[in-house]
Amino acid sequence: MPEIQPGPPGAQPEVLSVPGAPANATSQVVAEFAPAPGVPFAVQEAAPSRGQIRMAARRFFRHKMAMTGLIVFLLLLLASIIVPIFWQYNYADITNVYAQGPSAAHPFGTDLIGHDMLAQVMAGTLTSMETALLVAAISTVVGTLIGALAGYYGGIIDQLLMRLTDLVLIVPLLAILLVLSNRFSKQADSQLFVGLLLALLLWTYLARLIRGTFMSLREREFIEAEHAIGASTWRIIMRHMVPNAAGAIVVNATLTVAAAILIEASLSFLGLGIQPPQVDLGSLVAAAEGDATTLPWLFYFPAAFLVLAILVVNFIGDGLRDALDPTQRGH
Amino acid sequence: MAGYLIRRLLAGVLTLLVASFLLFLLVAVSGDPLATLMSNPHVSPATIAIARQQLGLDQPLLVRYWHWLVNMLQGDFGTSTTGQPVGPELARSLLVTLQMVVPAVIISAIIAVVIGVVSAVKQYSISDHVMTGLAYLFYSAPVFVIAILLKDFLATNVNQAVGHTVLYTIGQNTPGTTGAWNIFTNTLGHTILPVITLTLATYAAWSRYQRASMLDVLNADYVRFARAKGLNPRRVLYVHALRNALIPVVTVVALDFATILGGAILTEIAFGWSGMGSLLLNGLTGPVSPDTTVVQAWLMVVATAVIVFNILADVLYAVLDPRIRLA
Repeated sequence: MPEIQPGPPGAQPEVLSVPGAPANATSQVVAEFAPAPGVPFAVQEAAPSRGQIRMAARRFFRHKMAMTGLIVFLLLLLASIIVPIFWQYNYADITNVYAQGPSAAHPFGTDLIGHDMLAQVMAGTLTSMETALLVAAISTVVGTLIGALAGYYGGIIDQLLMRLTDLVLIVPLLAILLVLSNRFSKQADSQLFVGLLLALLLWTYLARLIRGTFMSLREREFIEAEHAIGASTWRIIMRHMVPNAAGAIVVNATLTVAAAILIEASLSFLGLGIQPPQVDLGSLVAAAEGDATTLPWLFYFPAAFLVLAILVVNFIGDGLRDALDPTQRGH
Repeated sequence: MAGYLIRRLLAGVLTLLVASFLLFLLVAVSGDPLATLMSNPHVSPATIAIARQQLGLDQPLLVRYWHWLVNMLQGDFGTSTTGQPVGPELARSLLVTLQMVVPAVIISAIIAVVIGVVSAVKQYSISDHVMTGLAYLFYSAPVFVIAILLKDFLATNVNQAVGHTVLYTIGQNTPGTTGAWNIFTNTLGHTILPVITLTLATYAAWSRYQRASMLDVLNADYVRFARAKGLNPRRVLYVHALRNALIPVVTVVALDFATILGGAILTEIAFGWSGMGSLLLNGLTGPVSPDTTVVQAWLMVVATAVIVFNILADVLYAVLDPRIRLA
């Protein structure tokens, strides 16, 4: 029986391409039992799935907050890539203009050493976003896999995986990151190290969430029906359980981007994140802390970009949830 | 239930044991406590060797772990690199941190439930939109950004308006304050801004949980049925809906303990408190660092607390929600 090859779990485009989150279990069962004997399920599912993607996309594009979020996010990303190419100052350049407020020559002002703040904030935004996207990609795959295995199999596998999760969750993320990065962030590529450290620790929430969802899903009739018709474990997990958890996965992946920006900035604020000469939004805010009242532009611009970046990613996450999970619409 | 609890506790102890080894290893390999001493050109290798012997660092890792574990079980957290006993220092720091965390958690939970319920009951009203917007903002604003804004802008303006310092921005109290009333107002003045900071960072997520959970319940069949059979709407709201909607939130509050402590670390550093946050950060990057004994003890105490809260969350969930079957 030919099957549509399920994609890697957690990758967002794949989640979008699975036939949406079924509105309810009943329609799923009907869809499964509707095909005449011998007709591959894949054929039956292909047609409605395209319509459901379109519906989900339409719901997303009509979501004002999410679209605003997406546009601002893309603008932020684009600006942080393009501005450094065309702007006359590099983030590491030291001008002979010290501690000046915003002007035509330096739209975001300059700091005490003479750095152009526009170049600094743009470089910081790019660093923060790059790190966060890397973290979210890795941790979503890991979290979905671990949660799915624990929730589907239960028993000893569940016990082992959840104890592993407990071990990671056992100390505040920030504390364990502080200990680890105290040792490793001084390495040549602190950005990569900090990103990997974050990814290694940030999958736990999703894993617990997916486990919970799967534990209740595996008791449902349509999964029992799948067992009855002899579907493989991989197929049940990927085609029937993951889509039902798609909302949770996608929303969580997006929220992980936001969380990663926030935690990475927190680490840098404490001096143990991304190391100089590289800058990120957290280290810029930290550098401005003492001068926030006298040279407010040093604080306002990086802080605003930091809050904005996290805010719009959260908006996108909410829009995706409304679009992908019709049962949750309006929440 | 009792069987589940016993198994969960045993698993917790086992987890803690595994964690203690991993944490010990993590800290042991993350830095040499004698690094500061060794970087001093006036200290001879012989002195360093003696110090190494005195601290027991010349022994194999497993032996060191065993001694550390046995001592800790007897309540001895060891001495820091500077020669201070770690246990009392840890207890003092914990009290300072609790001075901020306990009020923040209580206020956050109350605000979150009220806002969540009002938002859900009046879904899509103006107040719902405003509260949703604020929750988004505070959820997205890093703790240290809120702290700096409160410190440098709110505190400065309030103190100027009043004419003397009412909102302090550095430390958890002014040492040397005398008189019960003075100590109280002084401590309060130091605590207000950090508690506001931590509350804003904490309530936002909880209020969203409460709102989502309340909406779920309000749209559930049994609530619709309760309404349909003509029950008093207030009774439906508070007895049928709210009680069930509180279940997920109660567990989230218990599970978020580690997150709150993380937020507390940042708040403490931003406000110059000498609590758990500065104890850890000093142990890692302070003048005599890394102070491995302090860091190891810190991590173990916090790990124990997190495990206790995790078990509490699971048990609470089972007690409150009969639909959850404990295998």
